[in-house]
Amino acid sequence: MSGPSVAHDVVGLARALRAAGVSVGIEQTESFARALELVDATSRREVFLAARATLVVRREDMPLFEAVFAAFWSGDPDAARARALRRERAGVARRPETAFAAYMAEKARRDDPEADVPEHAKSASAAERLQHKDFSRLTDDELASMQRLLRELRFEPARRVTRRFVAARRGKAFDPRRALRSSSRLGGVLPTLPRRRRRLKRRPIVVLADISGSMEIYSRILLQFFHGLTRLHALTETFVFGTRLTCITGQLRMRRVDEALDHASAAIVDFAGGTRIGDSLRAFNRLHAGRVLRRGAVVLLVSDGWETGDPAALEAEIARLRRRCHRLVWLNPLLGRATYRPLALGMSIALAHVDDFLPVHDLQSLKDLSDHLARLTRRARTTGRHARSGEAIVA
Amino acid sequence: MHGRAPGAGSATMGQASAPTWFTTPAEARTRLAERGYVADDALAMSVFLAIRMGRPLLLEGAPGVGKTLLAQVLGEVFDTEVIRLQCYEGLDLAQAAYEWNYPRQLLELQARRAGDHPVATDGIFTETFLLRRPLLRAIDASNTRAPILLVDELDRSDEEFESFLLELLSDFQMTIPELGTVRARHRPVVVLTSNRTRDVHDALRRRCLYHWIDYPSFDKEVDIVVRRVPGLSDHVVRRIVAFTQRLRAEELAKLPGVAETVDWAEGLRALGVADLEPAVVSATLGLVLKHHDDIETVRKDLLVKLLAAGAP
Repeated sequence: MSGPSVAHDVVGLARALRAAGVSVGIEQTESFARALELVDATSRREVFLAARATLVVRREDMPLFEAVFAAFWSGDPDAARARALRRERAGVARRPETAFAAYMAEKARRDDPEADVPEHAKSASAAERLQHKDFSRLTDDELASMQRLLRELRFEPARRVTRRFVAARRGKAFDPRRALRSSSRLGGVLPTLPRRRRRLKRRPIVVLADISGSMEIYSRILLQFFHGLTRLHALTETFVFGTRLTCITGQLRMRRVDEALDHASAAIVDFAGGTRIGDSLRAFNRLHAGRVLRRGAVVLLVSDGWETGDPAALEAEIARLRRRCHRLVWLNPLLGRATYRPLALGMSIALAHVDDFLPVHDLQSLKDLSDHLARLTRRARTTGRHARSGEAIVA
Repeated sequence: MHGRAPGAGSATMGQASAPTWFTTPAEARTRLAERGYVADDALAMSVFLAIRMGRPLLLEGAPGVGKTLLAQVLGEVFDTEVIRLQCYEGLDLAQAAYEWNYPRQLLELQARRAGDHPVATDGIFTETFLLRRPLLRAIDASNTRAPILLVDELDRSDEEFESFLLELLSDFQMTIPELGTVRARHRPVVVLTSNRTRDVHDALRRRCLYHWIDYPSFDKEVDIVVRRVPGLSDHVVRRIVAFTQRLRAEELAKLPGVAETVDWAEGLRALGVADLEPAVVSATLGLVLKHHDDIETVRKDLLVKLLAAGAP
């Protein structure tokens, strides 16, 4: 196939692109055909640029487009090349998922509650008792009950004021639109003064959870909690880290807890080893913060603060993180223990940079967290360097 | 289809002079360059096709690479009005398209009541009481000649607004229930920009011609600085550009865009510097870097290294 014939095989190029995994709509194919009438269709460069301008709608697809176009122009439009490309692409995407599948998948499977766990904690007193039982001391039976209770937990995230208005009887502002409507109906009389207020919207929640060895007993149950959170609030993003950071939001969106956790664990690349909170936060700040920290997000950073990396790096990254989010909440399961003092090096550094320092060791602490976030809506963030400690809530 | 220009497809052909559109991508490039906008052939092609095919142009890229500027320069090139809609979160129809001037309407009603006007609401939903926002203004302006409609930082708006925009962009008409439908006579040239803080929806992307504006190459950036900041010596320009280009390879919170390079060049011109001395660079770093951390990092660790090797 010679060069100019590309012009006559618009559909072929579109098809090859689709085969390679670039989504191309019919509308775009038509555009490309029209564009070809406006450019020099014998010039490779012009056809290439016209095709790219009309057929590619996101930057990520550009390299793939270039490969497919080159194959096409050189007269090798058959699907073999495209298939190879697609395989390559799929391979790249899939590789990390298979990496450390075993470890966490195994854990998740053990506590699968959906199929055959007998009913426990039916009595109110049993449920009551579980409210304050530390997650790390649950028996297997209690664990199953806890999972059920977690599913029923209604978590209320923080809200923020938007620019849009809703009608409200006790709103602070006058509502000219409704005033006109009602007064024009009554011939210029304004019977009541209609009011409006700014609409409230949920803030996005970004979870950064430490799943390293020292957090192991808690991560199992907390992942369940994050699953519930993700299902409840579409704006939740979840990342986990040990020595490296992994985004598991997609996996947690699955409906069934066990399936979601299976997939999430499969996606996590590292499990053993120490905790490099600083490095993980750095990866987050660089790669994800711009995308997920918009709309005044609340960041829940879950860790016991055992840092094996460079403390100075941790301090810099956590300070940067705090500047970019609406509120930075450090959740430490150890804070639930009466004797705990935040002496771990990472923890003492971080304390100067977080807005809240709260426990997450039992069900009650999760409820308290929910209440706490719900109260934040209209309150300005703390301006001091030191976090409001969670003592009031612990007590 | 040859020679089809925006507006040619609408029902009424305008009699007013239409801007002379580009006839080839190369012409687009030259005419933009005449106004000081340096575009590569890929961007020139996208601009050319977008205008000739009457499709919106969606520009993505890091902040400060010239997305907004392109729309403004297009306005100069075609000698037509540029209507800018700055997007922000919570942007709604009342701010983007039109709104009734309620206080004025209320006053009118009150006044009529005093005068025992027979039909109270007659004549208050007319053009006199209409507040025109950018989208409606773009349609109005199109009566004489196609304007440039710049929808800036689309990623900051809500998704709901995006779907409204999608609807408007497809046929460039808007229905105001109390007044009827207004239609663009000459299809505006639409430029949408996004900084990618949020992914723009696929449906809207497909309606547009898409172009990713990258940081320019060394030569292109030198060219831009020379055009935008005349009066600096070649040597200084090359040193400035070499420095910012190297900064972009560093790990910084916010990389400098071309806009920052130009600002910095202007600053250095005002200072009348003959060369980039570390002390001058250090003192003016705030024009290039906009984060305190970044400035500190560069001052402490990178300054000597970045200045060392001269022009690449």
